[in-house]
Amino acid sequence: MVDPMNHPIVSVRDLAVEFRQHTGTVRALEAVSLDLHPGRVLGIVGESGCGKSVTARAMLRILDRNGSIVAGKVTLDPGTSHEQDLTALAPEGSEIRSVRGGRIGLIFQEPMAALSMQYTVGNQLMEAIRVHRDPGKEKARERAIALLNEVGIPRPETRVDAYPFQLSGGLRQRVGIALALAAEPDVLIADEPTTALDVTTQAQILALLRRLQRDKQIALMLITHDMGVIAQMADDVAVMYLGRVIEFAPVRELFRAPRHPYTKALLRSVPDLDAKPRQRLATIGGAVPQPGARPSGCPFHPRCPDAMPGRCDTKAPAPVAPGAAGAACFLVEDAAA
Amino acid sequence: MSGSLADDKLASAGQLRLTWLRFKRHKLAFISLFIVALFYSVAIFADFLAINDPHAVDARRGYLPPQAIHFFDDSGFNPHVNGMKGQRDMKTFKQVYVPDPNKKLPVTLFAHGYRYELFGLFSTDIHLIGLSTPQTLDGIYLLGTDALGRDLFSRILVATRISLSIGLVSVGLSLVLGILLGGISGLYGGLVDLFVQRVIEVIRSIPTIPLWMGLAAALPNTWSVIQVYFAITIIISLIGWTELARVVRGRFLALREEDFVIAAELVGASQLRIMLRHMLPSFTSHVIAAVSLALPAMIISETSLSFLGLGLRPPAISWGILLQDAQNVQVLAGAPWLLLAAVPVVVVILAFNFLGDGLRDAADPYG
Amino acid sequence: MNVLEVSGLSKHYPIVAGLMRREVGRVRAADDVNFVIQKGETLALVGESGCGKTTVARCILRAQRPTAGEIRFSPADGETIDLAPLSRRALRPLRRHIQMIFQDPYASLNPRMMVGDIIAEPLVVNGIPAAQRQARVLELLDLVGLPAVARLRFPHAFSGGQRQRIGIARALALNPRLIVADEPVSALDVSVQAQIVNLLLDLQDQLGLSMLFVAHDLGVVRHVSDRVAVMYVGRIVEVAPTVELYATPRHPYTRALLAAVPKSDPDARDAAEAPRGEVADPANPPPGCAFHPRCPFAIDRCRVERPELAEIAPGHFSACLRATELPV
Repeated sequence: MVDPMNHPIVSVRDLAVEFRQHTGTVRALEAVSLDLHPGRVLGIVGESGCGKSVTARAMLRILDRNGSIVAGKVTLDPGTSHEQDLTALAPEGSEIRSVRGGRIGLIFQEPMAALSMQYTVGNQLMEAIRVHRDPGKEKARERAIALLNEVGIPRPETRVDAYPFQLSGGLRQRVGIALALAAEPDVLIADEPTTALDVTTQAQILALLRRLQRDKQIALMLITHDMGVIAQMADDVAVMYLGRVIEFAPVRELFRAPRHPYTKALLRSVPDLDAKPRQRLATIGGAVPQPGARPSGCPFHPRCPDAMPGRCDTKAPAPVAPGAAGAACFLVEDAAA
Repeated sequence: MSGSLADDKLASAGQLRLTWLRFKRHKLAFISLFIVALFYSVAIFADFLAINDPHAVDARRGYLPPQAIHFFDDSGFNPHVNGMKGQRDMKTFKQVYVPDPNKKLPVTLFAHGYRYELFGLFSTDIHLIGLSTPQTLDGIYLLGTDALGRDLFSRILVATRISLSIGLVSVGLSLVLGILLGGISGLYGGLVDLFVQRVIEVIRSIPTIPLWMGLAAALPNTWSVIQVYFAITIIISLIGWTELARVVRGRFLALREEDFVIAAELVGASQLRIMLRHMLPSFTSHVIAAVSLALPAMIISETSLSFLGLGLRPPAISWGILLQDAQNVQVLAGAPWLLLAAVPVVVVILAFNFLGDGLRDAADPYG
Repeated sequence: MNVLEVSGLSKHYPIVAGLMRREVGRVRAADDVNFVIQKGETLALVGESGCGKTTVARCILRAQRPTAGEIRFSPADGETIDLAPLSRRALRPLRRHIQMIFQDPYASLNPRMMVGDIIAEPLVVNGIPAAQRQARVLELLDLVGLPAVARLRFPHAFSGGQRQRIGIARALALNPRLIVADEPVSALDVSVQAQIVNLLLDLQDQLGLSMLFVAHDLGVVRHVSDRVAVMYVGRIVEVAPTVELYATPRHPYTRALLAAVPKSDPDARDAAEAPRGEVADPANPPPGCAFHPRCPFAIDRCRVERPELAEIAPGHFSACLRATELPV
């Protein structure tokens, strides 16, 4: 469990995000509360449309233009004299830009999203280094090479002058990580950092992320759809479904004793390497509803085997309280009462 | 099942309907569609809407300034225009005409005017508006007259016929050439593709104005207006087809790799079926968009050709020919209204461009 | 009885350069690939990007013409025909027997056709009368778990999992003998993935289908396949019955692939070291065994000698010089 003396470095409270679409307004996030702690990995897991990427984008204020934060706070360094509410900053202002890529580094699913084709790897790293703390050109280049070395790129002194398209997918993602680390951030947000990679490369990148996070005591927010990645990487896990955090728990607790019916079902539907031949997988009925067709009450009730008619379909259970293990489910509320 | 199938109407909506719904969201394009439709109706009913015979020459009413229709006078509703009286400008010693407030000429709907043939079928002399009693010299000149005393308003209306139809005909010709050559190029690939692509590059690398000048100069002087008209459309489309051919070829190449086209091939569908059932429907929308973007280019081509005196020649009436009169600065200083012929050109070109943009956005099936 | 026998299958792409399109090299996307699929069996073809699994699949479907090798297919019991040299025209009557399920449920359905027409297309093309088509479409929708009204809708109204069901219905329309499934669940959400895997298992039981299941990792494969063939840089490096392959992998690359699957067990972290390096470039593969630069067991011989696929236990083949020495 989280050490109470260990204050969060980022705290998200009751975050709600809406997207304007031609059919009307779609609520993509609802009452999301999370804490990121130094030296810990918060895993965010969920299927498509659950809002895991939207959460990260809202925190960094890089939502698409039709999206807006309608409620909640994202506080950097909460409880300190220099705490800062990121939702209050101008979306294109200098303050948020110094947080993005400064205090908070970002790793994308597709490293090409962060890298430019027109500049060498070194140029882009040096720019990121010098924007935040300019040590001069010579020193910045040395630091760029050191960063490439740190993320496990062989022959960094020559690769520093390579263009991103000359590198393989795995090396590009390593450069993406180096770029995120350039300003020595306290917080890293990694949005599906290995989804586009081969499995053996994924294993390498995950090992790298874990090593860097431990060595630098970074607060890592790891977004993924893969329960295996969560099991291997996370300290704490937030499970999201249709824009809500429906369960939060330390990783071992979550895998040993999941509380929410959705978490249970999700864990059961993961393919098993020890399965019997032709063994069927456990399934969740139906599919994730389209964002515009959010069910009333608990968003999971139409697919839930334990849904209680008249209750789950009329009223949403209370959101998960930040920092404590729990689930947004009437069954859990009843068991606690 | 429930959520995604809930909206029954949208779920069973065809591609055409979805495209239309998406298109309607594009406000500017939607308005442009109406403007374009308006222009083409004007072209069809040009003679009916025109007030004076666009060819009628009378030097005595040269360079008349635009006239307004007055709807009321002292006695109440009485639509009329004022007659003209000539006087000598004491500075330039030119004869100028100014409205004579004492001379009221009543205006009426469905008046009799010059004879014309509606749709080339019915001979009639009914016009939307006109003087209730035709005069020899006076008339309604809403946008003034040119040097030869021809009514600019009527001429602009009649000019839409040639200017807009020349665009349609040239696009039609380009479309046939473009789909044929682009399709062959994209479907067969290899050497054929290489050859067609090089031809396109050569054509596109020739500067258009000198090419036009050369081709237009080759047109015999003795040709009739109709012959010149068709010659010009062919000249314009000879250049215009290249863009369409590229669009068609690109779509063919992209579609050949699409999973659903491969799927059709794997169930044993014939090439013809794949073309007709899977490929053509997928790019008609792109072709429509390309056409609506090509049309204004064609219209501009005609206008600039005629403006330069290389295209149609009087007595044909097109926007380019009308603007030819506005070439001279001195003339413009005395009769600035001649420039009004440029307004419909600008409006229709803009409308076509917005329309094309809207169509292109709406045609994307994965919106 | 074998439904498919692939032997010596190769697909090389020339690398051309210059104005004269001179061939300066070759990408050996698939190189001397051999395997069989028995009636009612599922063979999984597993490997990472560039290993040639998709090329092999497309060659069997004859969406591509192989450079060399034989693809002996049995359209009916007691009949075999080599698909490799056939022309487009000659292939058409045979296509109904081998059908494909695509990876991308969005791109594989024509957005301009109603679902009913999409499923009926194979029937139309193969001359099934209209009266029977309607009944067959309804039967197929029911088989893949979609309501009958689905036939009147367009693909955009369906979720990824539902679209994949439509694709499966189309593939089954003509009662094929062999289904080639190209990563059919890798684009889907976890919960939907499980539904489609189960559907494929059920259909196979009901219809006695043979299946080639192409996948990029060893997760789902465990549930669907009877045997697994692992590919690396254009070649099959190991083939074994599924249970045996997972329990006693006899090629270092298979071991690496198994170790790379993130286990859903927080207590089993750091158990396996991730393999070094990256997947080799098929245009420029390393000499000897293509895996040797990444292999923790490589010896000097591996750098010069290319191991052939050899049977090291009944039904278990490995292309590794040290196959029998590997720790289990």
